[in-house]
Amino acid sequence: MDSRLSRATAITGIGQTEFSKRSGRSELRLAVEAVSAAIADAGLRPEDVDGLVTISTDSSAETDIARAMGIPDVRFFSRVHFGGGAACGIVQQAVLAVTSGVAKNVVVYRAFNERSGTRYGRSERGQPTGKGSEQIAAGWTNPFGLLTPASKVAMFAQRYMHEYGATSEDFGRVSVVDRKHAATNPAAWFYERPITLEEHQASPWIVEPLHLLDCCQESDGGVALVVSSAERAADAPHPSVLISAAAQGLSDDQYSMASFYRPLDDFVALPEMSLVAHQLYATSGLTPDDIGGAIIYDHFTPMVLPQLEALGFCGRGEAKDFIREGNLELDSRLPLNPNGGQLGEAYIHGVNGILEAVRQLRGVAVNQIDGLRNMVVTAGTTVPTSGLILSSE
Amino acid sequence: MTAQPPMRSRPWPAVNEDTQFFWDGLREGELRIQRCSQCASQFHPPKPRCSTCGSFDLGYAVASGRGVVYSHVTFHKPMPSGFDGPYNVSLVDLEEGVRLVTQVVGVSPEAVRIGLPVALEITEIDEGLWLPLFRPTQQDGE
Repeated sequence: MDSRLSRATAITGIGQTEFSKRSGRSELRLAVEAVSAAIADAGLRPEDVDGLVTISTDSSAETDIARAMGIPDVRFFSRVHFGGGAACGIVQQAVLAVTSGVAKNVVVYRAFNERSGTRYGRSERGQPTGKGSEQIAAGWTNPFGLLTPASKVAMFAQRYMHEYGATSEDFGRVSVVDRKHAATNPAAWFYERPITLEEHQASPWIVEPLHLLDCCQESDGGVALVVSSAERAADAPHPSVLISAAAQGLSDDQYSMASFYRPLDDFVALPEMSLVAHQLYATSGLTPDDIGGAIIYDHFTPMVLPQLEALGFCGRGEAKDFIREGNLELDSRLPLNPNGGQLGEAYIHGVNGILEAVRQLRGVAVNQIDGLRNMVVTAGTTVPTSGLILSSE
Repeated sequence: MTAQPPMRSRPWPAVNEDTQFFWDGLREGELRIQRCSQCASQFHPPKPRCSTCGSFDLGYAVASGRGVVYSHVTFHKPMPSGFDGPYNVSLVDLEEGVRLVTQVVGVSPEAVRIGLPVALEITEIDEGLWLPLFRPTQQDGE
């Protein structure tokens, strides 16, 4: 993204439902509740909205959102593929729409009954019914029993541990920090339920080397946000949260969850996240030293480590030491997921983390980071991914 | 009317024109690795176009079947139908220089480790589904 687009747009409104295991409402209803709350938070009326963006797999069509909200004219609508990897990419879409003049106020939404409805963590039992390239690609993993997201991430985690000497306890420390932060966030599913490293180690194996407590929750819920120009944001009710940079990344020999065929240097890293990081810093003119907190996508704890490395907070293979030194605590170098992350707050495909970054930069978060100016947010990893740097004025 | 399809204990691969040679090869007792007929670059999984030289003229070579474990996992939960747990899934680096997802069989999952030498064992899992599985070549517990 050209550096002239840095800080040209802002997130002016956020809205969310409660996070639960059984919402008892339709996915469309959850989406509309979140969208409604976000538009109101931005100080706008539905007719002010002229753009809608979501993740490709969201079950709520733009048509039905617009009908329920009473949005008469939608000039921009698009979707980004690859699940949670799209979490920040959908915000980038909104930035591009607003800065190009195609739309003025774009709503980004994501809602699902991922626990009470279709559960992503279950085995893919179904037989492919078509011959699309992704169905063909599933043929290189599924017949061999590599059938869940956890099992695919475990393959990367095993080699990463072998290469760098990271241990299951290092992964567990990520889980403990997330749950510690969730324990003081009333919106988190695991509010007032912290865990210890011993509990992490004692939790059942899901796919070795991943324990249960290395895996994020499955959640029902909806979240939404509004992107407008920085100029318009100045008139919004809340302090502006500027989008300093937004980027996507898809790198050499990339598969969705199964980029197993890369050379060692890339296998134990996340080249697509390095691609995102380079763009984020180039666009914003910021460096890792300028970042005071991080929302790191935590579908599975092991993937937090190579992200810290790709984002330049520590060297290759050094994330285990960075974590052991306590750098992810609220009052330390790089507070991690102050909302509790997807292990602690909720799994809303990472978009709930963007809302937390907005609260942090407004200065109204329940676990507020002191003196925060810039925060990095990442999207799902081991898939084509994306990221944001958000800033206070 | 069509004949009753064969029993499927686990997901079968979807196959298209780009990948037919691989699955046909297993039925004929060969592990086939895609090779560009122009520049001899090798790829797994297969592609419709050689990304090295741009040729669409792609053939294959037959792998020796010797390799080493590159990474591995032990699958516990949620146990899929068609599998008895806990079971191993591995990545194996073939001596030809490509890597594939497979299962190392004939030993307990705990005995599988990175660097373990393995040899190909093409196995008919379901009637009509042949998979390239691997078995350790050293039994001395080295």
